[in-house]
Amino acid sequence: MKIELEVNGAAVSAEVTPRMTLADCLRHELHLTGTHVGCEHGVCGACTVIVNGDAVRGCLMLAVQAQGAKVTTVEGLSLEEGLTPLQQAFKHHHALQCGFCTPGMLTTLHALLTDEPEASEERIRDVISGNICRCTGYVPIIEAAMDARASYQQSRGDK
Amino acid sequence: MKPASHHTQNSYVGGHIERVEDYRFLRGEGQYLDDVSRPGQWQAAFLRSPVAHGRIVKIDASAALALPGVHAVVTANDIEGEIPTIPFRRPNPTIGPYAQPIIARDKVRYYGEPVAMVLADSAELAEDALGVIVLDIDTLPPVIAREAAMSDKVLLFDEVKTNVPTVFNADKGDAEAAFAAADYTIRDQFYTQRQTALPMETRGLLAEWDAKLGKLSVSGAAKLPFFNRKAMAKMMKLPEEAVDYIELDVGGGFGARGEFYPEDYLVAFGARKFGRPVKWIEDRREHLMAIGHSRECSSDVELAFSKDGVILGMRGSLYVNVGAYVRPNGMTPVRNAAQFMSGPYRVPAIHLDAYAFVSNKTPAGTYRGPGRYEGCFFIERLMDQAAAGLGIDRLEIRRRNLITHAEMPYPLATVLPSDGRAETQCDSGHHLEPFELVVKDSNWAEKAALQGKLIDGRYHGIAIGSFIEGGASGPQENVRMELHADGKVGLYAGSSAIGQGLETILSQIAADALELPMERIEVFHGSTTYLKEGWGSFGSRATVMGGSAVLDAAKKFLAAFKIHAAARLGVTIEEVTVSEGVARTADGRSVPLAEVVKDGINVDGSFKNQTPTYTYGTSFAHVAVDAGTGHVEVIDYVVADDVGRIINSMTLHGQVMGAAVQGFGSVFSEELVYSDEGQLMVGSLADYLVPLASDYPVVRCHSLESYPSPTNPLGAKGAGEGGIIPVGGVVANAVANALSSFGVKPNVLPLSPSRVWEMIEDARAKA
Repeated sequence: MKIELEVNGAAVSAEVTPRMTLADCLRHELHLTGTHVGCEHGVCGACTVIVNGDAVRGCLMLAVQAQGAKVTTVEGLSLEEGLTPLQQAFKHHHALQCGFCTPGMLTTLHALLTDEPEASEERIRDVISGNICRCTGYVPIIEAAMDARASYQQSRGDK
Repeated sequence: MKPASHHTQNSYVGGHIERVEDYRFLRGEGQYLDDVSRPGQWQAAFLRSPVAHGRIVKIDASAALALPGVHAVVTANDIEGEIPTIPFRRPNPTIGPYAQPIIARDKVRYYGEPVAMVLADSAELAEDALGVIVLDIDTLPPVIAREAAMSDKVLLFDEVKTNVPTVFNADKGDAEAAFAAADYTIRDQFYTQRQTALPMETRGLLAEWDAKLGKLSVSGAAKLPFFNRKAMAKMMKLPEEAVDYIELDVGGGFGARGEFYPEDYLVAFGARKFGRPVKWIEDRREHLMAIGHSRECSSDVELAFSKDGVILGMRGSLYVNVGAYVRPNGMTPVRNAAQFMSGPYRVPAIHLDAYAFVSNKTPAGTYRGPGRYEGCFFIERLMDQAAAGLGIDRLEIRRRNLITHAEMPYPLATVLPSDGRAETQCDSGHHLEPFELVVKDSNWAEKAALQGKLIDGRYHGIAIGSFIEGGASGPQENVRMELHADGKVGLYAGSSAIGQGLETILSQIAADALELPMERIEVFHGSTTYLKEGWGSFGSRATVMGGSAVLDAAKKFLAAFKIHAAARLGVTIEEVTVSEGVARTADGRSVPLAEVVKDGINVDGSFKNQTPTYTYGTSFAHVAVDAGTGHVEVIDYVVADDVGRIINSMTLHGQVMGAAVQGFGSVFSEELVYSDEGQLMVGSLADYLVPLASDYPVVRCHSLESYPSPTNPLGAKGAGEGGIIPVGGVVANAVANALSSFGVKPNVLPLSPSRVWEMIEDARAKA
């Protein structure tokens, strides 16, 4: 069946089967492979994408449920060139090693900090505890998120 | 933040250098195995044994083959002749019969063993087909526990009459005499649970067969592309040159990913037999049952002391459950536990027997710090008990026994039968240095007052322990350095990237050696197409071995540059000096590197070394235990190590911290639980509990470079594993210290809330 949705600001359509997950649709039908699949049962968070402003597990949502939705993936969070302040903060704090969990970390944090640019360290830890990273030990991820808050505070102020 | 700008000579190595890999990863532009597809590819799915032990009576795939989009079902009957077995990386004389066949033919020996492969248009269709294959197995009695396995009542391999493939003996001095002369001995039994490395990217491969050229290409290489190419070629009966292994981005390794597994052969077999690209990507449930497990080790060990707390000897037995087959690297944790249990301590006399036994569980391999984590847990638990028994302070007993700089090189026990690594010695260092640093940084003097204290309903405890970490696995690494048309230097490395920042590290080393900005170095790695021969990334070797090979290549590269420059300038080579990418004569004429592009520079570098490096360090834990729930909170954790020479302080810090937090998973929550029937009871990440961001917020790491390694020109030591090694022993001792009023002995891991609670309740019941 055909679905129509907005992905990273562009109107797109995709031919999907009823059982196809949103993550598989993004990866295999729309060729946005930045969204990763780590467990397919909603625990690891690598597949997290932003659907209508909320961080959502791409492996637990069916593609058909995204009919009419606005979806943002890690590709959509990225600039034409260069890195966003959140991405810069990850690089600066060495908040990624193998890079596999990173897209889900970025989407989760982007959704959080957009809504709550003043989020406390404890709040960030709590929210990011739904994303598994096997490499870093998380400490640098929290540091990066804390560092990136300023840019979200500023962009909220700009509005 | 500024991008890395032009540095002058020798300024990258040792720096806090941001990684060159990060840009693509952060933008979602990394390319992992499942991000790659080929037109017309088939997807593979595996039918796996649903029982631990049994005889295959029948496999009926007719219903599966009748499904639309399903092209083939491969079983053992499709393999002509003998079923190939996976070659060993570390052979020894007795493990031959225990090698893993690439598919089960008559017998299945573990839950999850591949019995058939479906090839279909999509992964979904292939998985649908698995559901309608009729698999009839006559079950056999499962062999799960150590006692059952070692009794040999039920044999896993009928043709060999024992479930014990190898007993390793670790020996040094005269252990019996040491015990006879001892004033004090302490003996106890311990257990470390079965775990797995759990990289975030599951395994996968994409195999392509070019019938015209007779060439096989395997994408998804990790860790050991060159060994795996050899293994594949041997099993496929192809010349080695007919097989390429291609590395993409790799979502974590930690010892398990990248070893040769049965599925690797079958995916390639399918591609060759049917002439289609075949792709396979594992799901997480499969991953838990099929990738290498590790760490399942029990022990009965004893230390002998003089009355003033000096270790005189060590003896005992270790028993490692290696699962149903001996995998390519399956014996490494067994022999390592025996060789490295003495760790950072001066132990003049050692006799340990390390038994490997097979069972109907998933075959084991290595996980970060293989054998060393286990051994460190055993000896550190004994050290704390000895301190109490002898009435010596826990810091003091360690100070009396840690190896000092004056004793280097310090020989460890010799392990036989040899797998090529029988003898080894700590190469350099002063173990008291990181130890005293941690004593100070942890504020031990003040925190000592907390020991065993009940504060706000929780018991507090502290502990300290030390470790050694082997690195720089031999025998060799190769690189090739080539001047590219755009004036950049291409560095083709035999080392592999597994998430550790290899491109950055090798760029730093090359840029310093060539006196060029890092931006002018382009690193290509991990694929067999770049070099005739290479080794890869395992045993904390890529920085030391690969980095030293880079130094060799850089020397030759600069020599070639001089030759070309001298010819262009019409002078002798001796009259040319080279610095910062420019060749100059004394009279002020010069030739920049970019100008000799047409002359071509393409040089090979290598580094041969069979002598491991030994990073060493100490860690400290402060815990609070809730006696009502059994929950343990890590209040503070400090680790310090000496790595000989720091190449990149940022990535090093990342390795140590990441490893330490993995260690908390080992101590508290990760366990591959089996039922008595041999069913794996862990099928998801909701059951296999790895550390989360909210679990262990405080970890502090310090790295030193006081004693460079004499084994390599960088002076560096392997440093990717050390962080995990001491965690079990130190945290268990901190829990014991917290609960000292109950007299509990946390000798069995993991220290899950239920186990801690039970220990306390048992102690209360006895009191």
